[in-house]
Amino acid sequence: MSALLTVSGVSKAFGGLQALSNITLSVNAGEIFGLIGPNGAGKTTLFNTLTGLYTTDSGEVHLKDGQQREHRLNNRAPHQVLKAGLARTFQNIRLFAEMTALENVLVGRHARTTSGVIGAVLRLPATRREEADSHARAHALLKRVGIEQHANRLAKNLPYGDQRRLEIARALATEPSLLALDEPAAGMNPAERSALRELLLQLQADGLTLLLIEHDVKLVMGLCTRLAVLDYGVKIAEGTPDVVSRDPKVIAAYLGDEAI
Amino acid sequence: MALGMLIERVAYRPLRNAPRLAPLITAIGVSIILQNIAMLIWGKQYIPFPAILPQGRHDILGATISDTQIAILLLALLIMLALILMVQKSRLGRAMRATAQSRQVASLMGIDVNRVIASTFIIGSALAAIAGVMVSAYYGLAHYYMGFLLGLKAFSAAVLGGIGNLGGAMLGGLLLGLIESFGAGYIGDLTGGFLGSHYQDVFAFFVLIAVLVFRPQGLLGARVVERA
Repeated sequence: MSALLTVSGVSKAFGGLQALSNITLSVNAGEIFGLIGPNGAGKTTLFNTLTGLYTTDSGEVHLKDGQQREHRLNNRAPHQVLKAGLARTFQNIRLFAEMTALENVLVGRHARTTSGVIGAVLRLPATRREEADSHARAHALLKRVGIEQHANRLAKNLPYGDQRRLEIARALATEPSLLALDEPAAGMNPAERSALRELLLQLQADGLTLLLIEHDVKLVMGLCTRLAVLDYGVKIAEGTPDVVSRDPKVIAAYLGDEAI
Repeated sequence: MALGMLIERVAYRPLRNAPRLAPLITAIGVSIILQNIAMLIWGKQYIPFPAILPQGRHDILGATISDTQIAILLLALLIMLALILMVQKSRLGRAMRATAQSRQVASLMGIDVNRVIASTFIIGSALAAIAGVMVSAYYGLAHYYMGFLLGLKAFSAAVLGGIGNLGGAMLGGLLLGLIESFGAGYIGDLTGGFLGSHYQDVFAFFVLIAVLVFRPQGLLGARVVERA
């Protein structure tokens, strides 16, 4: 297995708060890599740093694309990171609320399409082909995550669990090689959780690599091939779920030192 | 169009994260600069504008309508249709709407936000140029200051329809024009000749104030939620 995503020595401080200290980890192609840790441990900060929302103070992030070419991601604009193949979803759902489910997915196609204004106004054949292709792919993705029936409803009117699915469909539309999911199961009921689990396993089977922040320990332990644990911006453990769940430092971080 | 792009780059991009009032003030400043540049280039006089639109006249149901008016109407309808199609159906239009809803999420979904905003400015300045040509052709005259009042009225029309709503702006423009014309036509009768049709321009701003007081979101506008 080769490393798809390499994070080496990444640090990020906000004023006096060291949100990430010297984080090093690598995610292999085809795995579901879990990122866990108590609230405020720096998980979402790491996501934001990976996806170009934050610049890094030091350290580097690299992602390999389908042709095994390395792309540096740190200190790139978010749309460049996405184009290199890293897409994400959000802890608090952030869809384009005033657009339909279908349009949300079509926005995800933006980076993989090229047509301009003139083609759109004159309805040139190339533009129409590209639009037809985008629509077909978008419908297929909605079907894949199981919300095809909502294609023409506004995103804000979708049920909560379906909004989370729509976020995944929108991210998939960007044709990522690595999909980063920030607490995809948050607020879901048990039935929705097990459907989500199935979906994530299917995506993995199709060759997608997943990076997962999740609080639901059962979901993480059952799903992830490997885990990294953050606490106060420091990586305190990394390994298979078995190894990590027995690590005294991890137990201390979650239950407090007295528990040991 | 190139001018629109340049203005976006120097006057608006540095203010991208500034509060909403800052770009508005910039807009007024830039418009003053542009008017003065136009004055330096073309002088302070009214200059004749070539009659590029057809000149005939028709009588329809007792009203006189000129070919120029028909041409302007058709051209305006065509452009509005193209604009709606572009914004609602095209890749760039979707990117614009996505960017308007959330710049950050749009960029995380692969949209080069700066480029989309620059494109919006280019399209906007192209449309303004067409509008300017139509107005000049209609009156057969051009003047460096002629855009000022029109700009204010266009703003009133957009507020009337609902800022951020394309159909609303178009409806607002149409309504505002009708209110002005009827207002100017009947104001003499209504006030017993005390006020004449030269009070035409007052109506646009009367409407602007009324809308801002009674329906700030405009006729078709949804309430725009300011996000923190």
